[in-house]
Amino acid sequence: MKLMKTLLAATAILALAAGAAQAKQLIYCSEASPAHFDPGPLTGGNDFDASSHTIYNRLVEFAPGATEVIPALAESWEVSADGKEYTFHLRPGVKFHTQPYFTPTRDLTADDVIFTFERQWKEDNKWHAYLEGMTWDYFQGMDMPKYLSSIEKVDDLTVKFVLTEPNAPMLANLAMDFASIVSKEYADQLEASGDLAAFSTQPVGTGPFQFVDYQLDTVIRYAAFPDYWEGKQPIDDLVFAITTDASVRAQRLIAGECDIMPYPAPADIDILKADENLTVMEQEGLNIGYISYNTTEPPFDNPDVRKALTMAIDKSAIIEAVYQGAGQDAKNLIPPTMWSYDDATAADVYDPEAAKAALEAAGVTDLTTDLWAIPVSRPYNPNGQRVAELIQADWAKVGVTANIVTYEWTEYRERGKQPDRKGPFMIGWTGDNGDPDNFFATLFSCSAIGVSNYSSWCNEDFEAAIQAAKTTSDPAERTALYTTAQEIFKAEEPAITLAHSRVFMPMKKTVLNYHMSPLGNHSFKGVDIEE
Amino acid sequence: MAVRVAKGKDPHMLNYLLRRLALIVPTIIGISICAFAFVRVLPGDPILAMAGQHGVTPERYEILKEQFGYNLPIWQQYFDYLGSVLQGDFGISLATKRPVINEFLALFPATIELALTAMFLAVLIGIPAGIFAAVKRGSWFDQATMGVALTGYSMPIFWWGLLLIIFFSGYLGWTPVSGRIALSFFLRPITGFMLIDTLLYGNWPAFVSALRHLILPAVVLGTIPLAVIARQTRSAMLEVLGEDYVRTARAKGLSPRRVVNIHALRNALIPVITTIGLQVGLLMGGAILTETIFTWPGIGKWMIDSIFKRDYVVVQSGLLIIALIVMAVNLLVDLLYAFINPRIRVQ
Repeated sequence: MKLMKTLLAATAILALAAGAAQAKQLIYCSEASPAHFDPGPLTGGNDFDASSHTIYNRLVEFAPGATEVIPALAESWEVSADGKEYTFHLRPGVKFHTQPYFTPTRDLTADDVIFTFERQWKEDNKWHAYLEGMTWDYFQGMDMPKYLSSIEKVDDLTVKFVLTEPNAPMLANLAMDFASIVSKEYADQLEASGDLAAFSTQPVGTGPFQFVDYQLDTVIRYAAFPDYWEGKQPIDDLVFAITTDASVRAQRLIAGECDIMPYPAPADIDILKADENLTVMEQEGLNIGYISYNTTEPPFDNPDVRKALTMAIDKSAIIEAVYQGAGQDAKNLIPPTMWSYDDATAADVYDPEAAKAALEAAGVTDLTTDLWAIPVSRPYNPNGQRVAELIQADWAKVGVTANIVTYEWTEYRERGKQPDRKGPFMIGWTGDNGDPDNFFATLFSCSAIGVSNYSSWCNEDFEAAIQAAKTTSDPAERTALYTTAQEIFKAEEPAITLAHSRVFMPMKKTVLNYHMSPLGNHSFKGVDIEE
Repeated sequence: MAVRVAKGKDPHMLNYLLRRLALIVPTIIGISICAFAFVRVLPGDPILAMAGQHGVTPERYEILKEQFGYNLPIWQQYFDYLGSVLQGDFGISLATKRPVINEFLALFPATIELALTAMFLAVLIGIPAGIFAAVKRGSWFDQATMGVALTGYSMPIFWWGLLLIIFFSGYLGWTPVSGRIALSFFLRPITGFMLIDTLLYGNWPAFVSALRHLILPAVVLGTIPLAVIARQTRSAMLEVLGEDYVRTARAKGLSPRRVVNIHALRNALIPVITTIGLQVGLLMGGAILTETIFTWPGIGKWMIDSIFKRDYVVVQSGLLIIALIVMAVNLLVDLLYAFINPRIRVQ
C-alpha cells in the first residue's frame, strides 16, 4: 500500500513536471544584476536588457538586428521643414501591463509621453528626484536639455517635440533606452500612495514581457504580455539567470542550465563553437578602439609626425595577438556596419622604414613619450596593456621611446581628458544610437575638448562638415558630409583608429529567431524555442 | 580529570563579559574608520563610475558632488556617516538606490547557509581525521591526512572552485554549475535559507535541487577550514595524549577508545573550538571568492560587485556590518571558551 502511494505521488510529480514543460521558457544567463527597472536614469547595458528591452517600448525603435529607426509606439511622424518640430502620431489601443500592484484603466496617450520626458528634464517635476541621489545621465549625455524647447500634447494620440535648433540625430536619440515610455497613470497611483520608489522595483510598461519577480543578484522572471500590441510572444516565460563570471556562464550553457548567454571569454569561444548543441553567432560590434594623440602637444601637433607614428605600428599583429580573431582593422572612426561608412578610405600601411624617414624629415629624433594603456578589458579593446607593449616595441624600431602609463579606470579617463595631457592616449567608444554623429561629434567636435575629445583636436573643416550633417535630415546629404569628415580625419590623423571588435553570442541550437543587435543590447522579442 | 563546567553565578564570568563588551566600542570606531577610509583610498570616483562612457561636464560634476555630500571635508563626511550608523541608518546604495540594510538582509541568509554548510563539512570531516591522525601518529594515514590538509590549506580557492566545476559539473554532470536552485522552481523566499524554505513549501524535489546546488560551493569554502581544523585537532590531541591524567586513565586499565573519547577529546577540543571561531572571519573572506565563482547570491559577491561599481555606501557599510558580525561571533566563542575552561575567566 505504502509503495502504491509512493508510486502515485511520483506519477503526480512527473505529470506536474510535464505540465510545466509545456510552457515555453527561455533562460538567458545575463552578465550582471540590474540596478533597478526604470530605464530612464540607468546607464548599464545589463540594466537596459532587463528593463527597456523586455518591459518597455519607445516612440521609435531600432529595427531588430539593425540601426535603422522604425515606428514603435508612434506609428508615424512628421518633421517640419525647418527641422525643429517633430510630430508623433501614437498607435491607438496600446495597453500597459496589468500587475498585482497596478491595473491600467486607459491605453497609452500623449500624457504618458510627456510625463516620460518631463520627469527627466524639469527639475520641479515631482519625479525628477524620486530616488535618493538619482541622475538622468543619458538624458543629459545626449544633450537633450540643450535641444528640447517644449513637448506639447496636440491631442490624446498626437505629441509634438519642439527643438531649439535642428538636430538630425534626435530621432535616433528617441529610440534609445532612456527614452522608454512609462505610465503616467501608474506614477499617479504611486504618488497617491506615497511609495514613489516602487516605480523602479515594480515596473509597468507596454513591452513584450511583463515583470514577475526579481530575487536580488539571482534571477529575474518575466512572462509574455498577452495583450502586447504586436501580439503575444512565442515564448511564455523569460528568465534572466544572473551569472557574472564569463567562464561559469559558458559552463552553464554547456550544461544546459541556460539557453543563451552574452560576452563569452575569448578563451571559451572555440570550446563553445565545438559543442554540437550550440551555435555561436557573431557580428561586428558598433565600436572603435583608438589612440588619441594630443594634437596641442609638440611634436604631435604636426600631422606628418602623427601619420608617421601610425605608420610605424603593425596593426595586423596587434589584432591577431590581442583581439585573437575577434577584431577587424579600423580604417575609419566609424565601423563598417554604420551608414555613411567611407569604404574608399585607404587602410593604414605598416612601413617602419618610411615612418622613420618621415619622422626624420619632420625633425623628430630621439622622441620619448608617455603611452597610455587602458587598465580594463573593454569590448573595443580586450587588453590595453598588451596593445601598449606591442606599440612600444614597434615604436622602438623607429627610435621612439614610449613609457607605458596607466591608472584606475575612472581616474584614467579623468586624467586623459585634460587638455595638457602628455602622450598618446588609448581609449574607445561603443555607439549609443547608430547615428554617425554619436561618433564624430561626441569624440572629435571642438566643444567636446575637455570632455570626450581626448585629442584636443579642433579642425575647422571637420567641424563644419559634422555640424552641417547634424542640422540636415536628408540622409544622402548627411552621408556626403560624413564622407568629407572621414577624409579630413584620415588626412589629419588626430587619432590612430585601431580596431573594431567582433561580438559573440553563444546559444543552444534550439533558440530560434534571435537577432544580434549592432548596438550591443540583448532583446528577446520574437525569439522562439524549438521543441 | 576532565574540566568540570562551572554551575551557577560566577563573579569572574560577569567581569570577563563586561571587560569584553567594553572593548567593543573602540573596536567598532576603529573598524568604521578603516571601512570609511578603505573605499576612499581606492583609486576612482563614484560619480564618474556612475556616469558611464559619456562622462559628466565639470559643472554637473560639482552639482553631483554636492548632492552626494562629497564636497564636505572628509572628517565631516565621516562623522555624518558615523552618526547615521549609530542611528541604525546604513545609507542608500549609490547604484540601486535601495537601503543598504535591506540588501544585506536579503542576501545574508544565502551566505549563512553556505558558511554553515561549509563549516559543518569541515567539522564533520576535520575533527575525526585529526583525532585519527593523532592516535595513529606517524602512520601512513597520519602522513597522508596531514599532507592533504597542507595542500588544502594552500589551495587558491578561485582555481579550486573552477577546477571542481569543470570536473563535476562540466565533465561528469553530477552537480549544477552555479546558482542556489534549479530555475524551474519558483519559490518566493520565506526565511531566505533555501533548504529551509523548500521544506516549508513541502517541495521535496526543490529541496533536493537546493542541496545539489549547495554541495560544490560548500566543499570549496570548507576546504581551508577543514585543513586548519584537522591540523589543530591533531596537535591538540597529541598534546593531551601526553598528559599525566591520560596516562593515569590508561594505567587504570580503561579501553583505548574510552581514554580517547572521554578523557582526551574533551580537553583537546577546547583550542579546536577557538580555531573554529576564528575561521568565521576566514569564511567571510572565502565567501567572497566562492560566491563569485558559483554566482552564489550572498554578501561576498555583493561586496565585490559594489567595489567594482565604486558604490562607497555599500562597501563601507557592508564592511562594517560584516566586521560587527565577525566580532559578535568571536565574542560568543570566547565566552563559550571561558564557560568550558574556567582558567580563562580568572586570568
